[in-house]
Amino acid sequence: MGKKNKTELWIALVAIALVYIVVIILEQTMSPGNILFTVLKKGAIYSLVAVSMNLLNGFTGLFSLGQAGFMLIGAYTYAILTMPVAVKLSDQVYKYYDCIIHFDTGILVGLICAGIAAAVFAALIGLPVLRLKSDYLAIATLGFAEIIRAIFQWNTLGPVTNGANVMREYKDLTSVVIPIINVRIPPTLFVFIVAGLCIAFIVLLINSSYGRAFKAIRDDEIAAEAMGINLFRHKQMSFVISSFFAGISGALLAMFQYTVVASQFKSAMTYEILLIVVIGGIGSISGSCIASFLYIALSEWWLRGLDMGKFLGIDAPGIFRSGFRRFIFSIIIMVIVLFFSRGLMGDKELSFRWLAKKLRRKRSGEAAAKGGGPNA
Amino acid sequence: MPENVLRLEDVTMQFGGVVAVNNLSLEVNRGEIVALIGPNGAGKTTAFNCVTGVYEPTNGIIRFNEEQIVANHPRGKMKKLYNGENAKKYVGSKTISPTPDEITKLGIARTFQNIRLWKSMTVFDNVLTAKHMRARHNVFSATLRISYAEEKRMREETEALLAEQNLLQYAGDLAVSLPYGLQRRLEIARALATDPALLLLDEPAAGMNPQETQDLGQFIVQIKDKYNLTVFMIEHHMDLVMQFSDRIYVIDFGKLICEGTPDVVQADPRVINAYLGVG
Amino acid sequence: MIEFLHSNLSYILSGISVGGQFALIAIGYTMVYGILRLINFAHGDVFMCAGLMMVYLSASMPMMMAIPLVLILTVALGFIIERVAYKPLRSAPRMSVMISAIGVSYLLQNAALYFTGGLAKVYPEIPWLSKTITIWDASTKVVTVVTPILTIVLVVLLSLLIKYTKIGMAMRAVSKDFETSELMGIKIDRVISVTFIIGSFLAAVGSMLYFTNYASVAPTSGGMPGLKCFVAAVFGGIGSIPGAVIGAFIIGICENIIKGGSSIFGIGGSGWTTFSDAFTFALLIIILVVKPTGLFGEKATDKV
Repeated sequence: MGKKNKTELWIALVAIALVYIVVIILEQTMSPGNILFTVLKKGAIYSLVAVSMNLLNGFTGLFSLGQAGFMLIGAYTYAILTMPVAVKLSDQVYKYYDCIIHFDTGILVGLICAGIAAAVFAALIGLPVLRLKSDYLAIATLGFAEIIRAIFQWNTLGPVTNGANVMREYKDLTSVVIPIINVRIPPTLFVFIVAGLCIAFIVLLINSSYGRAFKAIRDDEIAAEAMGINLFRHKQMSFVISSFFAGISGALLAMFQYTVVASQFKSAMTYEILLIVVIGGIGSISGSCIASFLYIALSEWWLRGLDMGKFLGIDAPGIFRSGFRRFIFSIIIMVIVLFFSRGLMGDKELSFRWLAKKLRRKRSGEAAAKGGGPNA
Repeated sequence: MPENVLRLEDVTMQFGGVVAVNNLSLEVNRGEIVALIGPNGAGKTTAFNCVTGVYEPTNGIIRFNEEQIVANHPRGKMKKLYNGENAKKYVGSKTISPTPDEITKLGIARTFQNIRLWKSMTVFDNVLTAKHMRARHNVFSATLRISYAEEKRMREETEALLAEQNLLQYAGDLAVSLPYGLQRRLEIARALATDPALLLLDEPAAGMNPQETQDLGQFIVQIKDKYNLTVFMIEHHMDLVMQFSDRIYVIDFGKLICEGTPDVVQADPRVINAYLGVG
Repeated sequence: MIEFLHSNLSYILSGISVGGQFALIAIGYTMVYGILRLINFAHGDVFMCAGLMMVYLSASMPMMMAIPLVLILTVALGFIIERVAYKPLRSAPRMSVMISAIGVSYLLQNAALYFTGGLAKVYPEIPWLSKTITIWDASTKVVTVVTPILTIVLVVLLSLLIKYTKIGMAMRAVSKDFETSELMGIKIDRVISVTFIIGSFLAAVGSMLYFTNYASVAPTSGGMPGLKCFVAAVFGGIGSIPGAVIGAFIIGICENIIKGGSSIFGIGGSGWTTFSDAFTFALLIIILVVKPTGLFGEKATDKV
């Protein structure tokens, strides 16, 4: 690694540390009900799932649309495991069924099991599905997510999944405590820590020998195979790892929402995540993160007025009614897909060198526009 | 008795009604440079693809270092109906149909007729990634940098390999930004990175001028000696073939029509017919 | 056997009918895939939009005017989608086009959500189609009987069009080899537009039949049928029109039997309603593993 790269790395680490410090300070000073925290938490959760999708779609070249399904598995596994036994046995949550799971676990175990459950499903589904060509893979994974949703809503599994009813009363973000020393971790910080660790793992993976093998498969499968890279094994590895983290993000989402229900994990959710990845730039981790926060901030905060009758001071309840925000959103997304298909970052990562380059190009572009007038 | 590195026995490849390779038998001995020539569409690349596991041959056996690596017969896995010559010979023998990566792992590396470098990767990463197969690490040790030493070794070896091929100055450039001739050379370097014993070159001199072709020939001899390789190549440039190969196989319409040293082949009327048409 | 048929007749009938409606949508998928190698994720939503248009148009004009207008508007919608969202990406990687298709689907759904306020709308009764009739003790709507017949007629017409007209010939050429047909002077854009027009037209007809059966349209009602019809197209061998039709009938019938039929081999019946959707995708995965090219598909190999 060159010296230049090393300084880049340090700058990035410092910048990340700063983000965490800001989060800690914000959480100590502002009221927890502030909308900013919703955006930060949900943004971090979506960052994780978007990055996990990017690992598949952007770095391995597998067009998979199963993310919502794996999130669902994660969310339910977490909810089922961490719900206190007393709640499970009462009819608070399991109104129509007798819960057959008579134990509960801590948050950490719940999170890890959520990831593992999603990964196990991914390994099973991967056996048939990963041998398919790209577009069949998309449909098969989308279909698989639907099957999962159907299974979790199935009456017969009610004693485990509570059928189509809402899951709640499990351990949420307010009950995160470090064991032994009994210190409460603030919710936003906790989400940032978990998502941050997971994303860090994915970044390390992508920059490892395996990550290069994934990219080789993306660029040219035939050449990758001819150079000794076992296609199926590596695709499955990428698929399972991606699903593991989708599972964890599902669990985080469940923690964040206090309640979770299978019917919310529709294919529209996968589409949303995919579009976040596209906005950020397919093949850029930092792009996915930035796009997630941007997307969540826009939809939960800045553009909320579009749904509430008043936006930028304009009062027009006839136009600005429920659903207008998403409508505008999808138009923006189409514009990005059609005209800025490289997204915010393309396949580059955010760094100071990248920023400097962009600025320089912009300046020289302006200069060229000024100077190039007479010739043109 | 020379030692066989690669031996094809009655290899046949049939696509529907088309017999692309027809009962091809040939041998490549250790340390040789052997060329496979023939007019366009003669089935040369198909033969290569059978060896490298891209296709599953309809019939016949392929041996590498005397070991069966590919074997198929009419009642094989794909249940292809084949009633041609030697159809009965292999009935009952086991079907072996490895995937290309398994073949590469055995020590057979290849290049492609239409260059297939990894486009989004740098020259350095192209070669480094080819070392992935032989690296001793798993996904966790690699990700968490536990096997840092292994990664470092791979990087050093890659650097050494690139230096040797005079490609080190381009290490940080995108592979596709190299000029055509260097891309071909990089593809060879990438194949070498998999530590092969046998190197299959599919038209390495395609699109090169006479001088470049000459250089390439010398380069092939050079790497052959240096890495103890055996080279088996498909080539159209007759200068290259005649000057640098030890033996030549000529095929036409999938069938072997002639074999021998360059002098023998050059004089053979069947070869002239195949290339110029029956006069 | 006879008894089984008799007791399940209404499910089988509605299965055949749903199968016919699916077939009309599936053709749109299979034709577009055959030519552009694109899963047109928005096709199901075009189908849904046709349903919504009918709801709004029939409220303000007589049915006899609304029906042709819906057909025309749906065709226009399909045409515009292709021109705006797919045509600019013709030389882009296939993943981008697929993403664009997903974007269009998302857009159409959200637009519908906005305009309907998220509520399911009651589908107007098309006078003759909604009448109830009785066949062999099973009462059903006329549409159930009409659908398969209409479907077959339309498929035959389409097959004739593809086989004997100039544009049909061009379509076949383009689906065989995109680049070469372009070099041979076939106007690719026109062929693609016609493909979308035919697909949207059939989807509009399908929507009239389908929603008459289901009686309500919601912004999300396009998604599931859309995916199922794509599965039908894959099942029959993508690119093949008869394949898509047969696949659609198989899926429609199986699904309805699972949904409501009395137990067959111990499965089926009310407990399995949840699985009628899942069944389709299980079928997809099975067919792709066993016979990746579908029932009538052609094998394509990559050249190395």
